[in-house]
Amino acid sequence: MAGKLGLDPRVVRKARRLAERAGRPVVDLARSHTTVSVERAVLRLAGVRGADADGIPWVNRLADAVVADVGLGHGVAVPVFHAMRETGVDDVTVLAQKAAAGAVRFGVPGKQADVTAARRLAKRATGAGLKLVDRRRAERERLIKRWGDPPQRPWIYLIVATGDIYEDIPQAQAAARAGADVIAVIRSTGQSLLDYVPEGATREGFAGTYATQENFRLMRAALDETSKELGRYVRLTNYASGLCMPEIAALAGMERLDMMLNDSMYGILFRDINPIRTFVDQRFSRQVHARAGIIINTGEDNYLTTADAVDAAHTVTVSQLLNEYFAYEAGLADWQLGLGHAFEINPDLPESFRLELAHALLARELFPTAPLKWMPPTKHMTGDVFRGNLLDGFFNLAGAMTGQGILLVGMMTEAVVTPWLSDRDVALQNVRYVLNGAGGLHEDFVPAAGGFIQQRAHQVLGEAVDLLEKIVDDTLLNAIADGTFGIMKRPADRGKGLDGVAKIDDNYFNPVTEALEAPK
Amino acid sequence: MTIIRPYGDTTGDGMVQLSFTLPVPHDKRAEGAALQLAAKMGMEPAMLVHAKQMGDAYTFFVVYGKVGHLVDTGKVQVVERDYPLLSAREVNAAVKRGLRRPLSVVGACIGTDAHTVGIDAILNLKGIAGEKGLESYTELSVTNMGAQVSVPDLVETARAKKADAVLVSQVVTQRDAHLQNTRAMSAAFREALPEGRRPLLIVGGPRFDELMTGELGVDRIFGRGTTPREVASYLVHAIIKEPK
Repeated sequence: MAGKLGLDPRVVRKARRLAERAGRPVVDLARSHTTVSVERAVLRLAGVRGADADGIPWVNRLADAVVADVGLGHGVAVPVFHAMRETGVDDVTVLAQKAAAGAVRFGVPGKQADVTAARRLAKRATGAGLKLVDRRRAERERLIKRWGDPPQRPWIYLIVATGDIYEDIPQAQAAARAGADVIAVIRSTGQSLLDYVPEGATREGFAGTYATQENFRLMRAALDETSKELGRYVRLTNYASGLCMPEIAALAGMERLDMMLNDSMYGILFRDINPIRTFVDQRFSRQVHARAGIIINTGEDNYLTTADAVDAAHTVTVSQLLNEYFAYEAGLADWQLGLGHAFEINPDLPESFRLELAHALLARELFPTAPLKWMPPTKHMTGDVFRGNLLDGFFNLAGAMTGQGILLVGMMTEAVVTPWLSDRDVALQNVRYVLNGAGGLHEDFVPAAGGFIQQRAHQVLGEAVDLLEKIVDDTLLNAIADGTFGIMKRPADRGKGLDGVAKIDDNYFNPVTEALEAPK
Repeated sequence: MTIIRPYGDTTGDGMVQLSFTLPVPHDKRAEGAALQLAAKMGMEPAMLVHAKQMGDAYTFFVVYGKVGHLVDTGKVQVVERDYPLLSAREVNAAVKRGLRRPLSVVGACIGTDAHTVGIDAILNLKGIAGEKGLESYTELSVTNMGAQVSVPDLVETARAKKADAVLVSQVVTQRDAHLQNTRAMSAAFREALPEGRRPLLIVGGPRFDELMTGELGVDRIFGRGTTPREVASYLVHAIIKEPK
């Protein structure tokens, strides 16, 4: 492919090779550790359901009991299923309840025959969970065939965020009828730092709605209804991020969510979650997403909300390349990579729009078959809703001109209120006008050879290669500790959730990872 | 002139614009309802210039009209800056001279608020609007605790760092979370530290009313558009008693 930017394929290859070299030590680190949330995800796939009277999920109670008796390093599967055999309990949720009452002692069996038997039971139980994930994926493929994909690219992505799932549902359905192809339910502020996944349908959230299995189920069912009515499969998005990302990934797979926010470094940088915890949880959650046919959305847009969008443009490219490497390594395919980037350059800067086009096209050319996620301006939305609407129009135009895959609809009331019904309507009119009037403009838009846009793209790619070289020399964990991305400094021995990380023992067993890593 | 009215294109015309949504489908009656609302809000006569149905049950309106209300600028109450705006160099010099040690500042987003844009804009080296943040001031010692900090942690850190000032940023305002969090914070400081040893308590965020300091138990509130330099100048003004 010649490309519109005349990028040197050798430089592009070099950038990918460097990303792989920077990422590989982190993958090794992830493979040699486990976390409480990975183990709880295993228990969820094995069939543990529900929560105690205080709302603490049984998976937490069970995992905590196992850790208290034998630690985390063996994984929970063998101790739990050995206890099932010993106690004669055949429902793993019942075992969790007994364990919470202190009626079960966990141990790692000494006899190899007992280990083998426990592993076999664990495999069977988690195999049923994975089979459910497979069924959901097949169901999605069937429904898309029946109802169809959106007629246009980019897909139009809209957010609902009321805090109450029963308010979210009619809003999401209205948004779909008004043209949204993808609905994202924003999570309640603070969920990312909860070390458990809340249970049941929830009506109390701050600036968003809790991600729970029941909320997932309710919203997916409502959107199925609307998809049928519209003759177009409306996708549902949530967040596999924060301290519980592996569990949320598993729940998303079991409830047929279609896209998940899932960035390799976001939790570290923006939530101060321990880097090792994040990378271990990331790898597992991506493996689950790969299996579930879920499209991930990465979070590079966030770097530009803290750092300067021109000075730090290359950090976005670096992060995209790292996210791609981590995604491939976890088994995700190109069509599942909604790599993120954003329209965040200060509009007062001369040639800001040409710079935006250069950055957006660079991402397009580097990842030609990935459904890039194009994020609207937020940092320079001032509360002047008229100017904001114009800026959103230019954002939409840049998306059309550079062939972006998923367009998050910008609101002119960004930084003012959570979107009103009318804000969403005005914003969708804006998108429709641009896509109607210029939806195919990417076919004609070819920047002049050697011109401003080409030069800028080459410069950003060059800076990205330089930074990747530095990261390879310095190691990615040190680069993160030094504040390379989004200015935040995050050392590997600090951050939230560190106490839920363990190095794995020689006899570690995780039937889910084993199944997900098995060659097909 | 202290008595004014809105300006459309002629002095004294009193023209304003307004947009809103009513929970009714679009028809003649809906338009009449929109005009009735405008009239009750003091727009007389009002012109309905745009009406568009959204979904089955809502209509969006844009109304232009004349309001009869007069505004007396002499009776407006605002918090005017009551201290001189200093440059970074002047701030550093004043701290050096007046305090003879670095001035300790501890900042955080408290409660469930994860939006660090505000506190970062004021504290981070990067700053905002071309002004560097407080971290860049050589005589300020800044601890930025980041997002979702609990009030006890904040009090503890403020104590450990011998904070002269505590800066709290609150962006999320759903269900008045910013007001509740701020009250909880100021109460905790009052409880933990005696008068005189308590740091200066400052909150900032886009939705605060700058007049509410007494009600919230804080020393100062900064609203939208505040820059690091204004905060630094205020710290000097409030903490360093310059010999006259």
